[in-house]
Amino acid sequence: MKQIAIISGKGGTGKTVVTGSFAALAKNKVMVDCDVDAADLHLLLHPTVKERHEFRSGQTAVIDKKLCKKCGKCAEVCRFEAVKSEFSIESFSCEGCGLCSHVCPHNAIRMEDNRSGEWFVSDTRHGSFVHAKLGIAEENSGKLVAKIRQVAKELAERQALDYVIIDGPPGIGCPVIASLSGVDCALVVTEPTLSGLHDAKRVMEVVAHFNIPIKLVVNKYDLNLLMTGKIEEFCRSLNVPVIGKIAFDKTVVKALVEGTTVVEYAECAVSNEVRKIWEDLQ
Amino acid sequence: MIISVASGKGGTGKTTVAVNLALSLKNIEFLDCDVEEPNAHIFLKPRIGGERKASVPVPEVDETKCTYCGKCREVCVYHAIAVLPGTESRKGSVLVFPHLCHGCGACSLLCPGGAIKEVDKEIGIIEIGEKEGMQFIHGCLNIGEAMSPPLIRQVKSYINPTRTVIIDAPPGTSCPVITAVKGSDFCVLVTEPTPFGLNDLILAVEVLRKIKIPFGVIINRSDIGDGKVEEYCGNENIPILMRIPFSREIAVSYSEGAPIVEKDASYQDKFINLYLNICGIKNEANSHH
Repeated sequence: MKQIAIISGKGGTGKTVVTGSFAALAKNKVMVDCDVDAADLHLLLHPTVKERHEFRSGQTAVIDKKLCKKCGKCAEVCRFEAVKSEFSIESFSCEGCGLCSHVCPHNAIRMEDNRSGEWFVSDTRHGSFVHAKLGIAEENSGKLVAKIRQVAKELAERQALDYVIIDGPPGIGCPVIASLSGVDCALVVTEPTLSGLHDAKRVMEVVAHFNIPIKLVVNKYDLNLLMTGKIEEFCRSLNVPVIGKIAFDKTVVKALVEGTTVVEYAECAVSNEVRKIWEDLQ
Repeated sequence: MIISVASGKGGTGKTTVAVNLALSLKNIEFLDCDVEEPNAHIFLKPRIGGERKASVPVPEVDETKCTYCGKCREVCVYHAIAVLPGTESRKGSVLVFPHLCHGCGACSLLCPGGAIKEVDKEIGIIEIGEKEGMQFIHGCLNIGEAMSPPLIRQVKSYINPTRTVIIDAPPGTSCPVITAVKGSDFCVLVTEPTPFGLNDLILAVEVLRKIKIPFGVIINRSDIGDGKVEEYCGNENIPILMRIPFSREIAVSYSEGAPIVEKDASYQDKFINLYLNICGIKNEANSHH
Protein backbone atom coordinates (compact mmCIF):
# COMPACT_ATOMS: atom_id res chain seq x y z
CA MET A 1 0.00 0.00 0.00
CA LYS A 2 1.30 3.40 -1.04
CA GLN A 3 0.37 6.78 0.48
CA ILE A 4 0.57 9.81 -1.80
CA ALA A 5 0.06 13.39 -0.59
CA ILE A 6 -0.75 16.26 -2.96
CA ILE A 7 0.52 19.59 -1.61
CA SER A 8 1.49 22.99 -3.00
CA GLY A 9 2.78 25.53 -0.49
CA LYS A 10 0.78 28.28 -2.19
CA GLY A 11 -2.99 27.90 -2.14
CA GLY A 12 -5.16 27.76 -5.23
CA THR A 13 -2.63 26.16 -7.56
CA GLY A 14 -4.94 23.25 -8.44
CA LYS A 15 -4.28 20.57 -5.79
CA THR A 16 -7.92 19.56 -5.47
CA VAL A 17 -8.57 19.62 -9.23
CA VAL A 18 -5.63 17.20 -9.71
CA THR A 19 -6.52 15.06 -6.68
CA GLY A 20 -10.17 14.83 -7.80
CA SER A 21 -9.03 13.47 -11.16
CA PHE A 22 -6.87 10.88 -9.41
CA ALA A 23 -10.04 9.72 -7.61
CA ALA A 24 -11.59 9.02 -11.01
CA LEU A 25 -8.44 7.36 -12.43
CA ALA A 26 -7.03 5.30 -9.55
CA LYS A 27 -8.40 1.86 -8.74
CA ASN A 28 -8.35 0.26 -5.28
CA LYS A 29 -7.78 3.35 -3.21
CA VAL A 30 -9.19 5.49 -0.46
CA MET A 31 -9.32 9.27 -0.84
CA VAL A 32 -8.62 11.58 2.11
CA ASP A 33 -9.23 15.34 2.30
CA CYS A 34 -6.68 16.70 4.76
CA ASP A 35 -7.46 20.37 4.08
CA VAL A 36 -9.79 20.18 7.06
CA ASP A 37 -10.29 23.91 7.55
CA ALA A 38 -11.27 24.62 3.94
CA ALA A 39 -12.18 21.20 2.54
CA ASP A 40 -13.31 21.16 -1.10
CA LEU A 41 -12.80 17.64 -2.47
CA HIS A 42 -16.34 16.63 -1.40
CA LEU A 43 -17.67 19.12 -3.98
CA LEU A 44 -16.28 16.84 -6.72
CA LEU A 45 -16.89 13.46 -5.05
CA HIS A 46 -20.41 14.05 -3.61
CA PRO A 47 -20.01 11.66 -0.68
CA THR A 48 -22.78 9.65 0.95
CA VAL A 49 -21.81 9.74 4.61
CA LYS A 50 -21.69 6.25 6.19
CA GLU A 51 -20.03 7.09 9.49
CA ARG A 52 -20.00 10.37 11.37
CA HIS A 53 -17.77 10.91 14.42
CA GLU A 54 -17.27 13.81 16.76
CA PHE A 55 -13.69 15.00 17.10
CA ARG A 56 -12.75 16.25 20.54
CA SER A 57 -9.41 17.82 21.11
CA GLY A 58 -8.00 20.12 23.72
CA GLN A 59 -9.81 22.26 26.24
CA THR A 60 -10.95 25.84 26.72
CA ALA A 61 -11.01 27.80 29.97
CA VAL A 62 -14.33 29.01 31.37
CA ILE A 63 -14.56 31.61 34.15
CA ASP A 64 -17.35 31.19 36.70
CA LYS A 65 -18.67 34.75 37.15
CA LYS A 66 -20.04 33.95 40.63
CA LEU A 67 -16.65 32.89 41.97
CA CYS A 68 -14.49 35.40 40.07
CA LYS A 69 -13.18 38.28 42.22
CA LYS A 70 -11.65 40.08 39.20
CA CYS A 71 -8.17 39.94 40.71
CA GLY A 72 -6.58 39.75 37.27
CA LYS A 73 -4.16 36.92 38.02
CA CYS A 74 -5.44 34.93 35.00
CA ALA A 75 -4.92 37.81 32.57
CA GLU A 76 -1.43 38.36 34.00
CA VAL A 77 -0.26 34.78 33.24
CA CYS A 78 -2.12 34.17 29.94
CA ARG A 79 0.20 34.38 26.95
CA PHE A 80 -2.51 34.01 24.32
CA GLU A 81 -4.41 37.27 24.92
CA ALA A 82 -7.47 35.16 25.76
CA VAL A 83 -8.69 36.90 28.94
CA LYS A 84 -10.92 39.83 28.02
CA SER A 85 -11.08 43.01 30.10
CA GLU A 86 -14.43 42.03 31.66
CA PHE A 87 -12.93 38.70 32.83
CA SER A 88 -14.40 36.27 30.39
CA ILE A 89 -12.42 33.98 28.07
CA GLU A 90 -12.26 34.64 24.35
CA SER A 91 -12.62 30.99 23.34
CA PHE A 92 -11.02 31.33 19.91
CA SER A 93 -7.85 32.76 21.47
CA CYS A 94 -7.57 30.23 24.31
CA GLU A 95 -5.04 27.48 23.60
CA GLY A 96 -6.26 25.38 26.51
CA CYS A 97 -3.00 25.37 28.48
CA GLY A 98 -4.91 25.60 31.77
CA LEU A 99 -2.37 27.88 33.46
CA CYS A 100 -5.14 30.34 34.45
CA SER A 101 -7.10 27.54 36.15
CA HIS A 102 -4.00 26.57 38.18
CA VAL A 103 -3.18 30.09 39.35
CA CYS A 104 -6.71 31.39 40.05
CA PRO A 105 -6.79 31.97 43.85
CA HIS A 106 -10.59 31.55 43.94
CA ASN A 107 -10.90 28.34 41.88
CA ALA A 108 -13.15 30.23 39.51
CA ILE A 109 -11.76 28.76 36.28
CA ARG A 110 -12.54 25.31 34.95
CA MET A 111 -11.36 23.65 31.74
CA GLU A 112 -13.97 22.24 29.33
CA ASP A 113 -13.43 19.78 26.49
CA ASN A 114 -13.58 21.23 22.98
CA ARG A 115 -15.74 19.77 20.29
CA SER A 116 -13.27 20.69 17.58
CA GLY A 117 -15.00 19.16 14.60
CA GLU A 118 -16.38 16.09 12.93
CA TRP A 119 -14.95 13.42 10.66
CA PHE A 120 -16.68 11.14 8.22
CA VAL A 121 -16.21 7.89 6.33
CA SER A 122 -18.20 8.07 3.10
CA ASP A 123 -18.99 6.20 -0.10
CA THR A 124 -18.55 7.92 -3.44
CA ARG A 125 -18.81 6.88 -7.09
CA HIS A 126 -15.04 6.41 -6.87
CA GLY A 127 -14.88 4.38 -3.67
CA SER A 128 -14.25 5.25 -0.03
CA PHE A 129 -13.57 8.78 1.12
CA VAL A 130 -12.45 9.95 4.56
CA HIS A 131 -13.00 13.63 5.27
CA ALA A 132 -13.61 16.09 8.09
CA LYS A 133 -14.97 19.44 9.05
CA LEU A 134 -13.15 21.54 11.59
CA GLY A 135 -15.52 23.46 13.86
CA ILE A 136 -15.82 27.20 13.21
CA ALA A 137 -12.83 29.05 14.67
CA GLU A 138 -11.49 25.85 16.24
CA GLU A 139 -7.85 24.84 16.48
CA ASN A 140 -5.90 21.59 16.34
CA SER A 141 -6.36 21.00 12.64
CA GLY A 142 -3.07 19.04 12.66
CA LYS A 143 -4.55 16.54 15.13
CA LEU A 144 -7.71 16.18 13.04
CA VAL A 145 -5.54 15.55 9.96
CA ALA A 146 -3.58 12.88 11.87
CA LYS A 147 -6.87 11.28 12.94
CA ILE A 148 -8.39 10.97 9.46
CA ARG A 149 -5.09 9.77 8.00
CA GLN A 150 -5.00 6.99 10.58
CA VAL A 151 -8.63 6.05 9.78
CA ALA A 152 -7.89 5.99 6.03
CA LYS A 153 -4.73 3.93 6.49
CA GLU A 154 -6.54 1.34 8.60
CA LEU A 155 -9.37 1.18 6.06
CA ALA A 156 -6.83 0.65 3.25
CA GLU A 157 -5.10 -2.12 5.20
CA ARG A 158 -8.37 -3.85 6.08
CA GLN A 159 -9.62 -3.79 2.49
CA ALA A 160 -6.17 -4.51 1.00
CA LEU A 161 -6.25 -1.31 -1.07
CA ASP A 162 -3.28 -0.15 -3.14
CA TYR A 163 -3.36 3.59 -2.45
CA VAL A 164 -4.21 6.24 0.11
CA ILE A 165 -4.50 9.49 -1.86
CA ILE A 166 -4.29 12.61 0.30
CA ASP A 167 -5.46 16.09 -0.72
CA GLY A 168 -3.25 18.32 1.43
CA PRO A 169 -3.70 21.84 2.81
CA PRO A 170 -1.72 24.90 1.65
CA GLY A 171 1.15 26.31 3.69
CA ILE A 172 4.04 24.59 5.45
CA GLY A 173 2.82 24.44 9.07
CA CYS A 174 1.10 22.02 11.38
CA PRO A 175 -1.62 20.50 9.10
CA VAL A 176 0.87 20.16 6.20
CA ILE A 177 3.38 18.37 8.39
CA ALA A 178 0.59 16.07 9.64
CA SER A 179 -0.45 15.39 6.01
CA LEU A 180 3.11 14.45 5.04
CA SER A 181 4.21 12.26 7.91
CA GLY A 182 4.97 8.74 6.71
CA VAL A 183 3.81 9.16 3.08
CA ASP A 184 5.63 7.36 0.27
CA CYS A 185 5.55 10.27 -2.14
CA ALA A 186 4.64 13.97 -2.11
CA LEU A 187 3.31 15.49 -5.33
CA VAL A 188 3.81 19.25 -5.38
CA VAL A 189 1.36 21.12 -7.63
CA THR A 190 2.57 24.61 -8.45
CA GLU A 191 1.93 27.40 -10.96
CA PRO A 192 4.37 29.38 -13.11
CA THR A 193 4.42 32.53 -11.00
CA LEU A 194 7.10 34.01 -8.75
CA SER A 195 4.84 33.28 -5.76
CA GLY A 196 4.23 29.71 -6.94
CA LEU A 197 7.97 29.05 -7.26
CA HIS A 198 8.80 30.79 -3.96
CA ASP A 199 6.19 28.76 -2.08
CA ALA A 200 6.98 25.47 -3.84
CA LYS A 201 10.64 25.89 -2.84
CA ARG A 202 9.64 26.29 0.81
CA VAL A 203 7.26 23.33 0.88
CA MET A 204 9.83 21.17 -0.95
CA GLU A 205 12.32 22.01 1.80
CA VAL A 206 9.75 20.76 4.32
CA VAL A 207 9.27 17.53 2.32
CA ALA A 208 13.05 17.06 2.08
CA HIS A 209 13.34 17.74 5.83
CA PHE A 210 11.21 14.61 6.40
CA ASN A 211 13.12 12.58 3.76
CA ILE A 212 10.09 12.02 1.54
CA PRO A 213 10.48 11.54 -2.25
CA ILE A 214 9.09 14.51 -4.25
CA LYS A 215 7.57 14.85 -7.71
CA LEU A 216 6.26 18.08 -9.19
CA VAL A 217 3.54 19.24 -11.59
CA VAL A 218 3.26 22.74 -13.10
CA ASN A 219 -0.39 23.73 -13.50
CA LYS A 220 -1.42 26.43 -16.02
CA TYR A 221 2.16 26.16 -17.31
CA ASP A 222 1.44 28.14 -20.49
CA LEU A 223 0.47 31.31 -18.58
CA ASN A 224 4.18 32.05 -18.27
CA LEU A 225 6.58 29.78 -20.15
CA LEU A 226 9.62 31.62 -18.82
CA MET A 227 8.59 30.94 -15.20
CA THR A 228 7.75 27.33 -16.09
CA GLY A 229 11.31 27.05 -17.41
CA LYS A 230 12.68 28.47 -14.15
CA ILE A 231 10.67 25.96 -12.12
CA GLU A 232 11.95 23.09 -14.30
CA GLU A 233 15.50 24.36 -13.92
CA PHE A 234 15.11 24.58 -10.15
CA CYS A 235 13.71 21.02 -10.02
CA ARG A 236 16.60 19.72 -12.15
CA SER A 237 19.07 21.22 -9.67
CA LEU A 238 17.42 19.19 -6.89
CA ASN A 239 16.85 16.05 -8.99
CA VAL A 240 13.10 16.45 -8.53
CA PRO A 241 11.22 15.00 -11.54
CA VAL A 242 8.67 17.31 -13.21
CA ILE A 243 6.08 14.69 -14.17
CA GLY A 244 3.55 16.91 -15.88
CA LYS A 245 2.68 20.31 -17.26
CA ILE A 246 -1.02 21.11 -17.37
CA ALA A 247 -2.20 23.84 -19.76
CA PHE A 248 -4.48 26.71 -18.73
CA ASP A 249 -7.96 25.73 -19.93
CA LYS A 250 -11.35 27.14 -18.90
CA THR A 251 -12.77 23.60 -19.25
CA VAL A 252 -11.29 22.98 -15.78
CA VAL A 253 -13.55 25.69 -14.29
CA LYS A 254 -16.54 24.36 -16.25
CA ALA A 255 -16.03 20.87 -14.82
CA LEU A 256 -15.74 22.39 -11.35
CA VAL A 257 -18.99 24.31 -11.77
CA GLU A 258 -20.65 21.04 -12.83
CA GLY A 259 -19.28 19.44 -9.65
CA THR A 260 -17.22 16.85 -11.45
CA THR A 261 -13.60 16.09 -12.23
CA VAL A 262 -12.02 17.28 -15.45
CA VAL A 263 -11.16 13.73 -16.62
CA GLU A 264 -14.83 12.74 -16.34
CA TYR A 265 -16.11 16.00 -17.83
CA ALA A 266 -14.22 16.20 -21.11
CA GLU A 267 -11.62 14.61 -23.33
CA CYS A 268 -9.10 17.41 -23.59
CA ALA A 269 -5.40 18.14 -23.31
CA VAL A 270 -5.79 18.67 -19.56
CA SER A 271 -7.40 15.25 -18.98
CA ASN A 272 -4.72 13.55 -21.08
CA GLU A 273 -1.96 15.23 -19.10
CA VAL A 274 -3.56 14.32 -15.75
CA ARG A 275 -3.81 10.66 -16.92
CA LYS A 276 -0.12 10.73 -17.79
CA ILE A 277 0.69 12.16 -14.35
CA TRP A 278 -1.29 9.44 -12.58
CA GLU A 279 0.46 6.72 -14.64
CA ASP A 280 3.80 8.17 -13.58
CA LEU A 281 2.80 8.16 -9.92
CA GLN A 282 1.81 4.47 -9.86
CA MET B 1 -7.69 51.64 10.93
CA ILE B 2 -6.59 48.04 10.58
CA ILE B 3 -7.81 46.25 7.43
CA SER B 4 -7.07 42.57 7.04
CA VAL B 5 -7.34 40.67 3.77
CA ALA B 6 -8.31 37.01 4.10
CA SER B 7 -10.02 34.16 2.26
CA GLY B 8 -11.00 30.61 3.08
CA LYS B 9 -9.62 29.21 -0.14
CA GLY B 10 -6.03 29.82 -1.08
CA GLY B 11 -4.94 31.44 -4.32
CA THR B 12 -8.01 33.64 -4.72
CA GLY B 13 -6.03 36.89 -4.77
CA LYS B 14 -5.50 37.99 -1.15
CA THR B 15 -1.98 39.22 -1.76
CA THR B 16 -3.01 40.93 -5.02
CA VAL B 17 -5.74 42.88 -3.22
CA ALA B 18 -3.60 43.70 -0.15
CA VAL B 19 -0.63 44.88 -2.23
CA ASN B 20 -2.62 46.97 -4.70
CA LEU B 21 -4.71 48.54 -1.96
CA ALA B 22 -1.51 49.44 -0.09
CA LEU B 23 0.09 50.95 -3.21
CA SER B 24 -3.01 53.08 -3.90
CA LEU B 25 -3.10 54.74 -0.46
CA LYS B 26 -0.83 56.96 1.64
CA ASN B 27 0.57 56.47 5.14
CA ILE B 28 0.42 52.67 5.03
CA GLU B 29 1.94 50.02 7.21
CA PHE B 30 1.89 46.62 5.50
CA LEU B 31 2.07 43.43 7.59
CA ASP B 32 2.43 40.12 5.75
CA CYS B 33 1.02 37.64 8.27
CA ASP B 34 1.04 34.66 5.89
CA VAL B 35 4.21 33.57 7.64
CA GLU B 36 4.16 30.05 6.19
CA GLU B 37 4.25 31.36 2.63
CA PRO B 38 4.87 35.12 2.66
CA ASN B 39 4.59 36.55 -0.88
CA ALA B 40 3.84 40.27 -0.57
CA HIS B 41 7.56 41.17 -0.72
CA ILE B 42 7.68 39.69 -4.24
CA PHE B 43 5.28 42.42 -5.42
CA LEU B 44 6.23 45.30 -3.12
CA LYS B 45 10.01 44.77 -3.35
CA PRO B 46 10.65 46.68 -0.11
CA ARG B 47 14.12 47.72 0.98
CA ILE B 48 14.70 45.50 4.04
CA GLY B 49 16.46 47.51 6.75
CA GLY B 50 16.35 45.16 9.71
CA GLU B 51 15.94 41.55 10.69
CA ARG B 52 14.98 40.09 14.08
CA LYS B 53 14.85 36.50 15.17
CA ALA B 54 11.41 35.42 16.34
CA SER B 55 11.32 32.88 19.11
CA VAL B 56 9.03 31.17 21.58
CA PRO B 57 9.92 30.42 25.20
CA VAL B 58 10.54 26.74 25.91
CA PRO B 59 11.46 25.20 29.27
CA GLU B 60 14.98 24.34 30.35
CA VAL B 61 15.27 22.24 33.49
CA ASP B 62 18.03 22.77 36.02
CA GLU B 63 18.51 19.20 37.19
CA THR B 64 20.49 20.33 40.24
CA LYS B 65 17.25 21.81 41.60
CA CYS B 66 14.78 19.27 40.12
CA THR B 67 13.27 16.73 42.51
CA TYR B 68 11.50 14.79 39.71
CA CYS B 69 8.16 15.44 41.41
CA GLY B 70 6.36 15.38 38.06
CA LYS B 71 4.39 18.61 38.53
CA CYS B 72 5.59 20.00 35.16
CA ARG B 73 4.50 16.84 33.32
CA GLU B 74 1.15 16.96 35.08
CA VAL B 75 0.40 20.59 34.09
CA CYS B 76 1.68 20.40 30.51
CA VAL B 77 -1.42 19.67 28.41
CA TYR B 78 0.70 19.49 25.25
CA HIS B 79 2.77 16.54 26.51
CA ALA B 80 5.95 18.50 25.92
CA ILE B 81 7.66 17.32 29.13
CA ALA B 82 8.30 13.78 30.33
CA VAL B 83 9.63 13.02 33.82
CA LEU B 84 11.22 9.74 34.83
CA PRO B 85 11.33 9.61 38.63
CA GLY B 86 14.57 8.44 40.19
CA THR B 87 14.95 5.02 41.85
CA GLU B 88 17.46 3.86 44.48
CA SER B 89 19.89 2.76 41.81
CA ARG B 90 19.29 5.50 39.23
CA LYS B 91 18.92 9.26 39.10
CA GLY B 92 15.67 10.65 37.65
CA SER B 93 15.53 12.53 34.39
CA VAL B 94 13.41 15.12 32.55
CA LEU B 95 12.90 15.24 28.80
CA VAL B 96 11.64 18.34 26.97
CA PHE B 97 10.07 18.11 23.50
CA PRO B 98 10.32 21.71 22.23
CA HIS B 99 8.31 21.09 19.01
CA LEU B 100 5.22 20.22 21.12
CA CYS B 101 5.60 23.22 23.44
CA HIS B 102 3.13 26.12 23.02
CA GLY B 103 5.18 28.38 25.29
CA CYS B 104 2.37 28.84 27.83
CA GLY B 105 4.79 29.04 30.76
CA ALA B 106 2.78 26.73 33.06
CA CYS B 107 5.71 24.42 33.85
CA SER B 108 8.13 27.15 34.87
CA LEU B 109 5.56 29.10 36.87
CA LEU B 110 4.19 26.07 38.70
CA CYS B 111 7.44 24.16 39.38
CA PRO B 112 7.61 24.00 43.20
CA GLY B 113 11.42 23.95 43.23
CA GLY B 114 11.97 26.82 40.79
CA ALA B 115 13.97 24.41 38.65
CA ILE B 116 12.58 25.48 35.28
CA LYS B 117 13.57 28.59 33.42
CA GLU B 118 12.49 29.50 29.91
CA VAL B 119 14.90 29.83 27.03
CA ASP B 120 14.26 31.15 23.53
CA LYS B 121 13.71 28.72 20.69
CA GLU B 122 13.89 30.33 17.28
CA ILE B 123 10.82 29.73 15.09
CA GLY B 124 11.41 32.19 12.28
CA ILE B 125 12.49 35.69 11.37
CA ILE B 126 10.81 39.06 11.13
CA GLU B 127 12.05 41.46 8.46
CA ILE B 128 11.35 45.17 8.60
CA GLY B 129 11.55 47.33 5.52
CA GLU B 130 10.29 50.33 3.63
CA LYS B 131 8.88 51.07 0.20
CA GLU B 132 8.42 54.71 -0.81
CA GLY B 133 7.14 55.77 2.61
CA MET B 134 5.22 52.55 3.24
CA GLN B 135 6.34 50.59 6.29
CA PHE B 136 6.72 46.89 5.52
CA ILE B 137 6.97 44.01 7.99
CA HIS B 138 6.77 40.30 7.35
CA GLY B 139 7.38 37.09 9.21
CA CYS B 140 8.92 33.97 7.73
CA LEU B 141 8.41 30.67 9.56
CA ASN B 142 11.38 28.30 9.75
CA ILE B 143 11.15 25.12 7.68
CA GLY B 144 9.80 22.18 9.70
CA GLU B 145 8.25 24.47 12.32
CA ALA B 146 4.59 23.54 12.93
CA MET B 147 3.15 26.48 14.84
CA SER B 148 2.69 29.79 13.03
CA PRO B 149 0.41 31.73 15.48
CA PRO B 150 3.22 32.86 17.83
CA LEU B 151 5.12 34.33 14.86
CA ILE B 152 1.95 36.00 13.54
CA ARG B 153 1.39 37.57 16.99
CA GLN B 154 4.96 38.89 16.94
CA VAL B 155 4.53 40.41 13.46
CA LYS B 156 1.36 42.09 14.72
CA SER B 157 3.20 43.55 17.70
CA TYR B 158 4.65 46.04 15.15
CA ILE B 159 1.20 47.52 14.42
CA ASN B 160 1.60 51.29 14.12
CA PRO B 161 -1.64 53.01 15.19
CA THR B 162 -0.69 56.25 13.40
CA ARG B 163 -0.96 54.51 10.04
CA THR B 164 -3.54 52.65 7.98
CA VAL B 165 -2.51 49.05 8.61
CA ILE B 166 -3.04 46.40 5.92
CA ILE B 167 -2.69 42.77 7.01
CA ASP B 168 -2.21 40.03 4.41
CA ALA B 169 -3.62 36.93 6.17
CA PRO B 170 -2.92 33.23 5.47
CA PRO B 171 -5.57 31.03 3.78
CA GLY B 172 -7.90 28.69 5.68
CA THR B 173 -10.26 29.19 8.59
CA SER B 174 -8.35 27.95 11.66
CA CYS B 175 -5.85 29.33 14.19
CA PRO B 176 -3.37 31.08 11.85
CA VAL B 177 -6.15 33.07 10.12
CA ILE B 178 -7.88 33.94 13.38
CA THR B 179 -4.59 35.09 14.91
CA ALA B 180 -3.94 37.26 11.84
CA VAL B 181 -7.38 38.94 11.57
CA LYS B 182 -8.15 39.28 15.29
CA GLY B 183 -8.30 42.96 16.28
CA SER B 184 -8.92 44.22 12.72
CA ASP B 185 -11.48 46.98 12.19
CA PHE B 186 -12.52 45.43 8.90
CA CYS B 187 -11.78 42.27 6.96
CA VAL B 188 -11.85 41.98 3.17
CA LEU B 189 -12.65 38.42 2.03
CA VAL B 190 -11.35 37.62 -1.44
CA THR B 191 -13.07 34.79 -3.29
CA GLU B 192 -13.68 33.43 -6.77
CA PRO B 193 -17.05 32.50 -8.29
CA THR B 194 -16.61 28.71 -8.26
CA PRO B 195 -18.06 26.00 -5.97
CA PHE B 196 -14.69 25.86 -4.14
CA GLY B 197 -14.61 29.63 -3.72
CA LEU B 198 -18.18 29.69 -2.40
CA ASN B 199 -17.74 26.75 -0.02
CA ASP B 200 -14.66 28.31 1.56
CA LEU B 201 -16.19 31.80 1.59
CA ILE B 202 -19.12 30.50 3.65
CA LEU B 203 -16.67 29.03 6.18
CA ALA B 204 -14.70 32.29 6.36
CA VAL B 205 -17.93 34.27 6.85
CA GLU B 206 -18.90 32.01 9.77
CA VAL B 207 -15.50 32.65 11.36
CA LEU B 208 -15.75 36.44 11.00
CA ARG B 209 -19.29 36.45 12.39
CA LYS B 210 -18.10 34.42 15.36
CA ILE B 211 -15.19 36.71 16.10
CA LYS B 212 -17.33 39.78 15.32
CA ILE B 213 -15.30 41.58 12.70
CA PRO B 214 -17.19 43.53 9.99
CA PHE B 215 -16.40 42.33 6.49
CA GLY B 216 -17.13 42.57 2.79
CA VAL B 217 -16.31 40.45 -0.24
CA ILE B 218 -14.19 40.95 -3.35
CA ILE B 219 -14.91 38.60 -6.24
CA ASN B 220 -11.75 37.95 -8.21
CA ARG B 221 -11.87 36.49 -11.75
CA SER B 222 -15.50 37.56 -11.50
CA ASP B 223 -16.44 36.57 -15.04
CA ILE B 224 -15.47 32.89 -14.83
CA GLY B 225 -17.45 30.21 -12.97
CA ASP B 226 -21.06 30.76 -11.92
CA GLY B 227 -23.30 33.29 -10.17
CA LYS B 228 -23.68 31.48 -6.85
CA VAL B 229 -21.25 33.68 -4.88
CA GLU B 230 -23.22 36.79 -5.93
CA GLU B 231 -26.45 35.03 -4.97
CA TYR B 232 -25.07 34.00 -1.57
CA CYS B 233 -23.80 37.52 -0.77
CA GLY B 234 -27.18 38.95 -1.82
CA ASN B 235 -29.11 36.56 0.43
CA GLU B 236 -26.80 37.17 3.38
CA ASN B 237 -26.65 40.97 2.93
CA ILE B 238 -22.88 40.84 2.54
CA PRO B 239 -21.52 43.86 0.65
CA ILE B 240 -19.61 43.06 -2.55
CA LEU B 241 -16.85 45.64 -2.45
CA MET B 242 -15.26 45.02 -5.83
CA ARG B 243 -15.26 42.68 -8.82
CA ILE B 244 -12.03 42.01 -10.69
CA PRO B 245 -12.63 40.32 -14.07
CA PHE B 246 -10.24 37.67 -15.33
CA SER B 247 -7.62 39.07 -17.62
CA ARG B 248 -4.71 37.23 -19.09
CA GLU B 249 -2.60 40.41 -18.74
CA ILE B 250 -3.29 40.60 -15.00
CA ALA B 251 -2.49 36.88 -14.64
CA VAL B 252 0.78 37.28 -16.55
CA SER B 253 1.86 40.41 -14.66
CA TYR B 254 1.02 38.62 -11.39
CA SER B 255 3.25 35.73 -12.47
CA GLU B 256 6.12 38.21 -12.93
CA GLY B 257 5.57 39.85 -9.55
CA ALA B 258 4.11 43.09 -10.94
CA PRO B 259 1.21 44.77 -9.08
CA ILE B 260 -1.92 45.54 -11.18
CA VAL B 261 -1.74 49.30 -10.43
CA GLU B 262 1.69 49.45 -12.06
CA LYS B 263 0.33 47.89 -15.26
CA ASP B 264 -3.07 49.56 -15.38
CA ALA B 265 -3.24 52.93 -13.61
CA SER B 266 -7.06 52.96 -13.72
CA TYR B 267 -7.01 50.34 -10.96
CA GLN B 268 -5.56 52.86 -8.52
CA ASP B 269 -8.91 54.73 -8.43
CA LYS B 270 -10.72 51.43 -8.00
CA PHE B 271 -8.61 50.56 -4.95
CA ILE B 272 -9.03 54.08 -3.50
CA ASN B 273 -12.79 53.61 -3.93
CA LEU B 274 -12.50 50.25 -2.21
CA TYR B 275 -10.90 51.99 0.77
CA LEU B 276 -13.58 54.72 0.84
CA ASN B 277 -16.24 52.04 0.58
CA ILE B 278 -14.74 50.21 3.58
CA CYS B 279 -14.63 53.47 5.60
CA GLY B 280 -18.28 54.09 4.70
CA ILE B 281 -19.40 50.64 5.85
CA LYS B 282 -17.34 50.98 9.01
CA ASN B 283 -18.84 54.40 9.85
CA GLU B 284 -22.34 53.16 9.20
CA ALA B 285 -21.74 50.18 11.49
CA ASN B 286 -20.40 52.49 14.23
CA SER B 287 -23.41 54.82 13.99
CA HIS B 288 -25.70 51.83 14.60
CA HIS B 289 -23.99 50.96 17.88
